[in-house]
This record gives sequence, C-alpha cells and structure tokens, in this order.
Amino acid sequence: MAQVKYSKEHEWIRVEGDIGVVGISDYAQQQLGDVVYVELPAIGKKVTKGGEAAVVESVKAASEVYAPVAGEVVAVNDQLTANPALINSSPQGDGWFLKLKLANKGELGDLMDEAAYAKFVAGLS
Amino acid sequence: MRYLPHTEADRRAMLAAIGVSSIDALFRDVPPGARLAGPIDLSLHMGEIEVERAIGAMADKNRHAGQMASFLGAGAYRHHVPSAVDHLIQRGEFLTSYTPYQPEVAQGTLQYLFEFQTQIALITGMEVANASMYDGATSCVEAVMMANRVTRRKKAILAGGLHPHYREVVETYGRYGGFTVAAGNPDPNGKEDLAKLIDGETSCVVVQNPSVFGHVRDLSALAAATAKAGALLIVVVTEIVSLGLVTPPGAMGADIVACEGQSLGNALNYGGPYVGLLATREKFVRQMPGRLIGETVDVDGKRGWVLTLSTREQHIRREKATSNICTNSGLCALAFTIHLSLLGEAGFTGLAQLNHARAVQLADKLGAVKGASVVNDSFFNEFTLRLKRPAAAVVDCLVHKGVLGGVPGGRLWPDRPELADLLLVATTETNSEVDMDLFARALAEVL
Amino acid sequence: MDKSRGRTGRTTAGGAAAEIRTESGHRGLQFEEPLIFEQGAEGRGGVDLPPAPKVAERLGGVRRKGPIGLPGLSEPQVIRHYTRLSQKNYAIDSGVYPLGSCTMKHNPRLNEKMARLPGFADLHPLQPMQTVQGALELIDRLAHWLKTLTGMPAVALSPGAGAHGEFCGMVTIRAALAARGETRRRVLVPESAHGTNPATAAACGFEVDSIPADARGRVDLAAFKAKLGPDIAAIMLTNPNTCGLFESDIVKIAEEIHRIGAYFYCDGANFNAIVGRVRPADLGIDAMHINLHKTFSTPHGGGGPGSGPVVLSAALAPYAPLPYIVHGADGFRLVETKEGKAQPFGRLKTFHGQMGMFIRALTYMLSHGADCLRAASGDAVLNANYVLARLKDVMTPAFDGTCMHEALFDDGFLKDTGVSTLDFAKAMIDEGFHPMTMYFPLVVHGALLIEPTESESKDALDVFIASLRSLAARAKAGEAEFFHAAPRLTPRRRLDETRAARQPVLRWRPPAPASQAAE
Repeated sequence: MAQVKYSKEHEWIRVEGDIGVVGISDYAQQQLGDVVYVELPAIGKKVTKGGEAAVVESVKAASEVYAPVAGEVVAVNDQLTANPALINSSPQGDGWFLKLKLANKGELGDLMDEAAYAKFVAGLS
Repeated sequence: MRYLPHTEADRRAMLAAIGVSSIDALFRDVPPGARLAGPIDLSLHMGEIEVERAIGAMADKNRHAGQMASFLGAGAYRHHVPSAVDHLIQRGEFLTSYTPYQPEVAQGTLQYLFEFQTQIALITGMEVANASMYDGATSCVEAVMMANRVTRRKKAILAGGLHPHYREVVETYGRYGGFTVAAGNPDPNGKEDLAKLIDGETSCVVVQNPSVFGHVRDLSALAAATAKAGALLIVVVTEIVSLGLVTPPGAMGADIVACEGQSLGNALNYGGPYVGLLATREKFVRQMPGRLIGETVDVDGKRGWVLTLSTREQHIRREKATSNICTNSGLCALAFTIHLSLLGEAGFTGLAQLNHARAVQLADKLGAVKGASVVNDSFFNEFTLRLKRPAAAVVDCLVHKGVLGGVPGGRLWPDRPELADLLLVATTETNSEVDMDLFARALAEVL
Repeated sequence: MDKSRGRTGRTTAGGAAAEIRTESGHRGLQFEEPLIFEQGAEGRGGVDLPPAPKVAERLGGVRRKGPIGLPGLSEPQVIRHYTRLSQKNYAIDSGVYPLGSCTMKHNPRLNEKMARLPGFADLHPLQPMQTVQGALELIDRLAHWLKTLTGMPAVALSPGAGAHGEFCGMVTIRAALAARGETRRRVLVPESAHGTNPATAAACGFEVDSIPADARGRVDLAAFKAKLGPDIAAIMLTNPNTCGLFESDIVKIAEEIHRIGAYFYCDGANFNAIVGRVRPADLGIDAMHINLHKTFSTPHGGGGPGSGPVVLSAALAPYAPLPYIVHGADGFRLVETKEGKAQPFGRLKTFHGQMGMFIRALTYMLSHGADCLRAASGDAVLNANYVLARLKDVMTPAFDGTCMHEALFDDGFLKDTGVSTLDFAKAMIDEGFHPMTMYFPLVVHGALLIEPTESESKDALDVFIASLRSLAARAKAGEAEFFHAAPRLTPRRRLDETRAARQPVLRWRPPAPASQAAE
C-alpha cells in the first residue's frame, strides 16, 4: 500500500513512485464545512515546501492548501471545479487536489504518518 | 431629550443592577487625564424648531438647480424622480435596517438587490452585476483593480475622454496600491488611438462612453484589440440613462462596466451619496469586489436570497480580500431600482429618447449663438461648446441671468488652460423649451 | 413555473396556524412576492413622459438594437411590490436590533427632512461657488463639530464610508512618510480587528503584522512592544475595541508608536461609546475615521450609503485629499487642485463627499448638542452594562469587569448543549429580536456581541433580557432540536448558503422556452 503522510496544516500526500497525490484531511474538511469552491494551480507550476498550492473555500471560510513537499504540479483534479462536494464526501479519495512530481523525497521525512497525525489532531480539540 | 428614553429613575435602577454608583464610573478604563469633566464647548441640545431654523438658514443661502434653468452634467444629472421613489425608500423597514447578514429577516433587501443586479446586467448588456459600490469613480477604480487581478498585470490605460475626477481617483489608488496608470490627453474632439498604447503589461483599457466631452463611440474595434493583447476593456458610463438608447457596453465587447447610477432615483445632493454600478462577465465573478446576492432555497424548499461568494470579501479574506469595501450604497440602489421598475422598458427607452431629442434641440440653439460652436458630431444628452472666451467667467455671468449654464473646462481641468474655453452642457427631461431659449438668449448676451 | 406561487403556506412550525393551507401562498399579513420580472407586461409602465420631439439623431450610429428586457409595471404594482418587500425586513423602527459593532441606533426623521430641503438636495456638485455658499458653510460647520469633538485640527470629508475612510487615513500616513523620505512597510493590526483594517492596509501597499490580545481582551502590550522597529509605519487600533472594551494602555501605545516615528491610526467605528466624554486627540491619535452612520445616526439603509470622514493630526493634515474647503474674503471655496503649501495625496471620490449624510449628521449633532451627545454615549454604555449584568449568570461574558457600549459573550454557556451560537441567534429571531453580531471578534470562541445603543428603553431591554434568559435556559435544558429548527416564524426559514455558493445564481433569467423546458 502506498505511503500516506500528513502535514501540520492538514494536507495529506500519498506517494506513488516519483509522484505525490495531495489533498486535505478528513479533519480539515470537517473544520471547513461544505466546500463550495476550489482554485487549482496551473499544470507545470513549481511549488516549494509549505508554499501555496491551491485555495479551498466554504461558505464562511477560505484557506490556502499548502504543498506538503516541494515539487512540480503534473496533474490537478478537474472534477473538483464542478463538484467541490467531493472534498467533503471523499477527502482522501475522489477529493484529491493535485499531483506533484517530487523535487526532494527526503522532505517526506518531515511529515507525520497516520498514527502521528491522529495523535496531533486529538491534541487540537 | 427626545431621542433618549431613560428617566433618571431608570438610570438609577440600571446602575443599581450593574452595581456601580454613576455612569461616569463605567468609564474607569479611560486614562484619568483624558476624561472630560463636562460638556465640550459646542452648542447645547435643541428642539426640532430650532434645528430646522439653523439648517434651513444654510439651505436658503444656496441657489439650487430648481430655481434656475440648469444645464449641468459632467458626472451628475438632474432628472425627474417619480414621487413613489422617495416615499418607498423612506419606509423604516428599508431605511433603518442593516446589511442583510440574517437572510431570514432581510428577504426584502435581498430580493430588491437581486432585482437590482438583474436590471444592471440587462441595461449594460453584461452577464452579472454586484449590489453596488460607493459611486462611479470608486466603481471605476475597483474595476481597474479587478482587471489587475484577472490578468495578473499592473498597468491601466485611461482614455483622455475619461472624466478627470475618475482619472484622479484611479491615479490615487495606483500610486498607493502599486499599479501603473497611463492616461491619454483630454482631446475635446475625441480623437485618440488607445489601441496603440496597449502593451504586454497592460491589464485594462478604461474608456468612458459617452465620453466626458459627450462623444458616443462604437468600441467594438477597441474591444477586439484589447482582447487580442490579453487585457480587459473597462467601459465607464456616467449617465446611465444613455443606455436606453446607446448600444450597451456588453454588446461592444466590454469585460467590465463601471457606472455612476445617480441619474435614476437619486437627487443631485451636492455630490453624494450616489450609487456606483459594476457589471462583468460571469467567469470573472470571483475577482469581483463588493456584495453579491444569490438565489437559493430555504429548508422548506421555498425560493429565497442570501449574500453569497462572501469569501472574496474583507470580513473573511482580510488582507487577501478582493477589496476593502464593506458597505454598498444600499438605499441609493433601492432608489435606482424603484425608479427603473417604474420606468420599465418603454419608460426607460422613452426617457433616453426624450433626453437625446432635447439635447439635439439645445445643440442647435446654442450652436447658432455667435461666439459659441458645438464641438461634437455625436452625443447623447451632453455635448461640448467651444466659446470665444474662458467659460468659467461666462458661467458666472449666466448665473445672474438665471441660468446654470454648464460646467466650464477650467473647473474640471484646472491645470490645462487650453481647455478653458470649453463648456460642457447637459440637458434632461427636466429642461423645458423655455429654459433652452432662455439659455440661448443669455449666452448670446454674455458672449 | 413560478416557484413562489401555488405553494401551500405550510411550514414545519408547530401550532394550529402552521396547519392552515392557503391557496394564494400568502399567510395573513405575510405576503409571497414574486420578482418584478415575473410581474411585468409589455406596454405597461409607471411613469408618463412627454413625447420626445422629432429630431435627427446624433448618436454616431451607436444605437441600441433590440429590447433590454425590463418589465413593465404600473405605479400601484410598484408600490405594492416594494411595500411587501419592506415587510420582510427587520428594522430598528420595528424592534431591538442589538448588532454589535454596527450601532443600530434610532434614525431621527428630522434628519431625513433636512437632507431633502431643495436648497441642498437639488444642488449640483459643480455649480459655481457663489451659488452654494450655504452648502459649503454646512460642510464647514460639520467639520467644526467633528474637529471639536475629537480635539483634532483637521478633517478630510470625502471618504464614502468607514473602509474608505480607513484607506484615506492610511494613505495620508504613507504620504507623510514619503515626505520624510521613508518607506516603512509594516502595519500592526490586532487580531481582534475588523476585517476592513487588514484589507485596507494591504490595499495601501502595507504588510500586515498582527498582534495578539491579552487575557483582558486588550492589546498584549509586551507582544506589541516586541514588534516595534524602524520598519513599522503605523498601528491600526480600534478604540473602544471590538470586544467592547476601552484600550486602557492606549496612551502608552501612542507614546511607543510615536517614539519609533510611526503613526497611530484609530478605527473610530466605536466612537459612539465615548463621544462628548473623551477626545481622541488626548489619547495620542494621529488619524481616525468616524462612521457617520454609526455615531451620528445617518441611516444604515440596508447596507449603505455610509460616510467616513477622517480627522487628522497637524502632522498629517497637509496630506489630506482633494477637494477641501477654505474660507476667505469672498466666502467659502472648494479647493479642487493642489495649491499653496498643501500636499494632497489625491482624490478619493467623484465629488466632495456624502453631502446628504453630512446634513443628517449635523442635524443629529445640533439636536443633541454637546450635553446630550455626552448623555447619549453615557446611556449607550449604561445599556450595554445593564444587559451584561443581567445576563452574566446565564450566559458567559468573554471578559471580566464592565464593558463600554457593547457586551461580549462567548459560547461557553452553550457547551455540550448541542446548540451553536448560530442556532441561539436564529432562535432570537422567533422571539422578535434581531440577532446580535455573531462569531466576531474572532479572538473569542463563538462570539455573541450585543450592542443595545442608547435608543433602547429599560422596558425594551427587560423584555429582551427575559427572552435571552429563557433561551439560555432552554438550551441548557436539552432542547437542541428547538434551536436547530429556528427560525420558524419568518418569511423564509434557514436558507441554503452552500447551494447559493456552489451554483451561483446572481440574476434572474427568463424561463427557457417550453420546448426546452420539456426536455
């Protein structure tokens, strides 16, 4: 099974070879509420670790989605534009945001694994 | 005091409930040195009779447009406002309500703003409009900043025929907001080639139609050139009644339309409050500033309206908002929408025809005066006269003959002596033929 | 199909009234009202105009083709439409409107009458100065009152609203810094600030640096001092602040900010709490906008128009925008271009400001006078503290002690009830009150900000307090479902904001032709 890692800003990244699929966590979508809009980056955009990669909006909140690691955007989930509700219904499945060609796999080591992230989230409430 | 309900007994009872001895004690967090012991040195409270006398005395010192034959325009127009408008906007439920943040108890405001947005979209020929801005000039600069966001460029090109106050507002925001402004020279003949000024940095071209000198232009070719360069065409309309007769900006390829809406429903008010209009294409709506009303349903499935796409706005986005604007011009927008509802299709187009016809008559009368010539080959209800001497002095003399004879070039362009002989003259349905003859006669005498 | 017609008036509200089905969809005095576009008919209108004289058009060939699509309605239809719409609005005229930070005080009708005097309303902004001396005198009088009440030497009158005033004040500061040859870029803004503050600072080309609040709801003085440096241009501070508290360290903050050569911008949204009692100049403020629609009661009008004059210190006055008024040998004059030693930063608005609001505000000031402005701010603070005192045992005040003109609660009293701040507010609507401001300021969890204003009588407040106490008790008694279903008694119940934002419908469009609709 592919490795899934989490950032403190509640993004997840699932690594498949050189490519990382990025989205926001179930906790993040719950905090936002019904997602109404996403702004996705252009393909080919280079993002730095922690840099702004996308924007996600609910009715009453807007937040940036940060790149958990550096890389180049190689794909975006166009389905989200027409159906942003996918982020609520399937945050770690059909609600993925973008795919990154990883610049430095070593950065993955700075992220949390599933268990560590669960512990991190439990500490927030 | 008639506006303060508490009796001294009420105040004592309330202070007792709070557990303090006096109202002054509630101000204990104020540094002692900043607390004033008694009233500031200004007059004391007055009843309605005395206030009316004081304010009325100042009103009486003015000579208002209704007391003279008035032909002033240049961004503010004296139209007849139907009696129903002022009656309706003074209903307390409109006058004394706030921004419709609680939609269940604000459907009235939300529905009329939704209707307003639709009316603006229809008359400008655009897809969507917002719930209004402060006035025409602020709407214009917000349109420029919106174009900067859409194109991710930072240079606005302003036509020389743009109202100079609008230009100054755009330049002010540019100077402090970090974008560049290139403005064409004001040419009363209206000849300028804006397309050749467009470069790769250009976010938008701003052109007023009819121009400040009154010329009416087909902007289609300019729209095509602008689009080809990846920039947006912003069309400014300061006399909204013109859209009853002139081709709407949307049909000429405008990307954003910024207007002054004062002409419908709103009095001249010595400069404000007015109502700015902003319309655009649907695809740019997320970059639009200001409030937007959207249709939805309630939990019972009934149609209703809410403020929507609020994440663009300052109360959510804070420093990343599309604009710092918070209010709209709600009550002025209400006056606008009621007036336009009363007019309807036939009334609005008829009003525009009447305005244009009067202007044609006036241009013929004034153009026949020795020492005055009409500059324009096209116009709606406002045109430019060239006089044989500076227009400001002529206007001052006309006042003594009971005529407010237009806006002198020197007033709008104080730094451009070459425009001092110009007089901008506007006419509306409120001017009778008698007024026009009086004006022509007085002008002949003065020149 | 017209969605608003042909429905039953049924709602899920309990009680006998809810069960009554009406054919019309109306329910007694509650009317269903379609859009104007659904009521129009070709050839009908509400205005009779004289026919246009026959002339040869000079439109340069740029003539509209085809119809616009505006509906035609008669005057009685228009009057009824807007009357019915008005009846769907809550208003100060109808009940307690305790919207914190918005100052929903009574709007005297004398103000409306004065603003409509033809000697003001029928003046064109570009009339010769000799014909508008009374109007310029009125603006000058208003300026005198604003300067005297704030203790400041100058005022810029053209800003169209509060946020526009903020922009004016912050640009003035930038211009003053530039004149000193400095380009300081950082502006300190408390976390509790209204969203317009950071939005304005960003619009003026500044970078926003936020400072936290302390446990007392005031600026954290230590955190503030730690941020000070040569790159700080200004602090933007609301006082009394958005928590309804006076910034008790304000004089120290002013001293520190001036010590590093920066300026003190005060957001004057809450000036109504201290007007006539405290002059901002005595607190060390350099610039402050005044929302005439709050402190001086020009009507909110469903969201505007506002008016936001900015008072300025002597250091900032030379940079005030155009136009402004001077008084000379031949009377008052509007200065519309750079002259003399002044270094105006530019122009903000088409003309010289919200004259209609100036008249209303001055009328309000003359009516109150210095004595009753002071009484009004006192009663505003008294009312807020009365509400705070009478509710603090059943709701949870965000901070200890007394407040200024508004009382702030957090959602602690709703913990584990299953009732949110929003639910609580919606239940207030069924009680006949407009909700308080919710979820603002952001520094307080689930904030409920109540500003009664001086206009409310003790009797009205007692009914309001009793309602809130009853609702707090019901929340604690486990009646969460009651709150979730609120409001029940309004023309519309909770609206689907997610749907509105996901598929925005921002205008009416004609229904599709029948052939397409059938597909």
